[in-house]
Amino acid sequence: MSTLAPAEHLGSRLSHTWSERRRWPLVSVAGGALAAGAVLLPLAFLVVQAQRSGWGEVQRLLLRHSVAVLLWNSVRLAAACTALCAVLGVGAAWLVERTDVPARRLWAVLLVLPLGIPDFVVAFGWISIDPGFHGYLAAVMVMTLSLYPLVYLPVAAALANLDPGLEEAARSLGAGPWKAFAKLTMRQIWPALLGGCLLVTLGLLAEYGAFEILQYQTFTVAIFTEFKLGFDTVAACTLSLVLVMVSVAVLGGELTLSGRGRTFRPGPGARRGAPRIALGRRRIGAVGALALLAALALGVPVGTLGYWILHGGSSTLPSTSILAAAGHTALFSAAAAILSTLLAIPVATLAIRHRNRLTLLIERISYLPMALPGLVIALGLVSFSVRYAFSLYQSSAELIIAYAILFLPLAIVGVRSAMAQASPRLEEVGRSLGANRSSVFLRITLPLIAPGLGAAFALVFISSATELTATLLLRPTGVNTLATQFWVYTTNFSYGAAAPYAALMVAISAVPAYLLSRRMRTISRTGGPR
Amino acid sequence: MSALSVHGLWKGYGGQSVLRGVELEVPAGSLSAVLGLSGCGKTTLLRLIAGFERAERGEISLGAITLDDGRTYVAPERRNVGYVPQEGALFPHLDVAGNVGFGLSRAERRGGTVKELLEMVGIGSLGSRLVHELSGGEQQRVALARALALRPRALLLDEPFSSLDASLRTHVREEVHGLLRQQGVTTVLVTHDQEEALSMADHVAVLRDGRIVQQGAPADLYERPADARLAGFLGEVNLVEARFSEGTAATALGVLALRGAPGDAPDGHGLVMVRPEQLAVTVAEEASPAGPPEGLRGRIEQCRYYGHDALLEIRAEPPGPSRALLARVHGEQALPVGTAVRILAHGPVTALE
Repeated sequence: MSTLAPAEHLGSRLSHTWSERRRWPLVSVAGGALAAGAVLLPLAFLVVQAQRSGWGEVQRLLLRHSVAVLLWNSVRLAAACTALCAVLGVGAAWLVERTDVPARRLWAVLLVLPLGIPDFVVAFGWISIDPGFHGYLAAVMVMTLSLYPLVYLPVAAALANLDPGLEEAARSLGAGPWKAFAKLTMRQIWPALLGGCLLVTLGLLAEYGAFEILQYQTFTVAIFTEFKLGFDTVAACTLSLVLVMVSVAVLGGELTLSGRGRTFRPGPGARRGAPRIALGRRRIGAVGALALLAALALGVPVGTLGYWILHGGSSTLPSTSILAAAGHTALFSAAAAILSTLLAIPVATLAIRHRNRLTLLIERISYLPMALPGLVIALGLVSFSVRYAFSLYQSSAELIIAYAILFLPLAIVGVRSAMAQASPRLEEVGRSLGANRSSVFLRITLPLIAPGLGAAFALVFISSATELTATLLLRPTGVNTLATQFWVYTTNFSYGAAAPYAALMVAISAVPAYLLSRRMRTISRTGGPR
Repeated sequence: MSALSVHGLWKGYGGQSVLRGVELEVPAGSLSAVLGLSGCGKTTLLRLIAGFERAERGEISLGAITLDDGRTYVAPERRNVGYVPQEGALFPHLDVAGNVGFGLSRAERRGGTVKELLEMVGIGSLGSRLVHELSGGEQQRVALARALALRPRALLLDEPFSSLDASLRTHVREEVHGLLRQQGVTTVLVTHDQEEALSMADHVAVLRDGRIVQQGAPADLYERPADARLAGFLGEVNLVEARFSEGTAATALGVLALRGAPGDAPDGHGLVMVRPEQLAVTVAEEASPAGPPEGLRGRIEQCRYYGHDALLEIRAEPPGPSRALLARVHGEQALPVGTAVRILAHGPVTALE
């Protein structure tokens, strides 16, 4: 008996320490692991595929493809576009949020709407005006005009939420309005600006359609060509890995830079509107600048779409095919949105309610697709399904899974902010009132995070509905979505036939883009990811 | 038999102990207060009793049932222990009736139970209101009705009145007190407000650095605190040097009777605790010339006027005890600074270690 005692003691101690630590919510951990696994799977198969031919071959490929040229193209494009987006985004946000420029609400909407127009539709707009519109400067212009809202939105939100007390304090200490803005306000909006610039750079690295139209060689264009025309998956995967490394480097750079300018709000004092700077006679110039930006970013694509729909000449509009394409788009997007939102729930639950190293890792991995071009994820999935699950290859399921992985970060952002606002105290009270874990989730947590789930669904739906690159690679044979059908017509120069498809995509995403512009503010208030 | 009993309870976070062997006995049907400064572990204690966290060591039992002793652990939903957190924590997606009826079965919700509960807490007409349309006091009542709906075997209140305005607080506190009395439910109230604890509870336990340093009836604690720190925590206090002999204490305020100490009467030198209301103050000139001049002479240094009463800070003359003495007098007796007075101590005093 006495010899048994120590072992027994040890056993009870072990179970004790296990159970007394936060009890593992098994369902959430399983769901989170599934999400992280889904993100890592395509990446893993990219590596597997790339190294199949050995290191020497990889080296040869990297040299043959003159990776240096692609790198140079990407870097000079990213540098120019990001800088321009930063200037346009901050300038526009400052005018709208901090000056007395007329019709501020109108500008706030018009400046965000370009986000609802896919980049390749913007490129289509310009090239349909002037067929000679291509090359570096064209790419810089098109991408700047379609991506600047990514800087504008967070910076405008940061400016609107800024504690006016800080600037007033600076003024009372003898700094003029301009100096206060430069020394203080810029510091405060720095994280938002950097975050926006990061999204711009990652968007540039991931874009394929616009560059194909504008005939500008980037990694994505080269990868796509290798895969679709050369049927060379090894080369495509090798180049993709380089692209992934560039993206990760950008991400790392942003993390290092954003660590410096910490912001904090001193006390929870009531919010007041920040004082606006009177522009005086410069108001005319300000309105002119905003109008020019809106005309170029919004007017040109919308105008050209309108023109081609009215004067397209293709009066024999195949209305059945547009209905079929719209149907497929809606079906795939909705399924992906549901899947992505379902995966986001456990990730957000773990990140908010059970924070530790493992759950942090799961969350970080789940955010990874933000830095991964859709093309890369699609390639990884193709490599996987061709070798291990051929029945999945070019099936609807594979496309839906690709969308769900690709836009998982958007879903997490949506669910996470709602989850952060739902106090765990409420769940505890629910349990003390006799409801068990699952009942508490259904009766308290779920209703509380419902708005976040809706936002997550909408974000993923819109993004999937306008996705082109991964869709081109993964769509089931003979099935066209709005984006791919548009692409087919555009590459055949049938602009009139292509325009209705683009218009439908814009219609699908414009309204939610507007809603997103309002939502971004609440997200930035409650603290987004990280 | 005590309804709720906590025995040798330990709990820590990240290697730091918050509760270190808490012993607490809450008699059945009583209202007990756990009093402590913020960060002393009060809320942790409640969360352990409610079952939101598990004990590291020790035992929590309710009547004959063990809730948590390291091996057995009863999930919060099976404890039938009501919990009213700070700020109420009402479910924002449900209306008032939905909140109160949360723990009830469908049939009970359909029947008049919710209405009865709302009437019991005095807000019978607010059932269809949304939670954010309620005032702070109404929210507290809803939270209380919700917790009482299941006829809990014990009720836990975590600083339930601290978010209310001072004027409202006393009122709601009295109402809740009356209600709990009437229901006869065993209640643990956690608070940092010593006035709240003393005025509401039948039984007060003081939690300090993760341990219960003293527990008993409010008057017991107030009159016979375990040490000087506790004496000061429960109210204003004068610590006066004394020489003890045969149950009396000889001090600058005269020879005072000692409260019957639980052990032997102390010997030699030490400190006694004299509450400010035990000092009577008279203006020196008014002292009747007939009798012998009694009490300690002093001069008023400061007067804190509260309306119903005033607290005088008096410096003895010639300077005796190093600190100024505090005396609580009626409001109308607030005297101007500089007035010469005499101080008379009355009632038994308590010797402190």
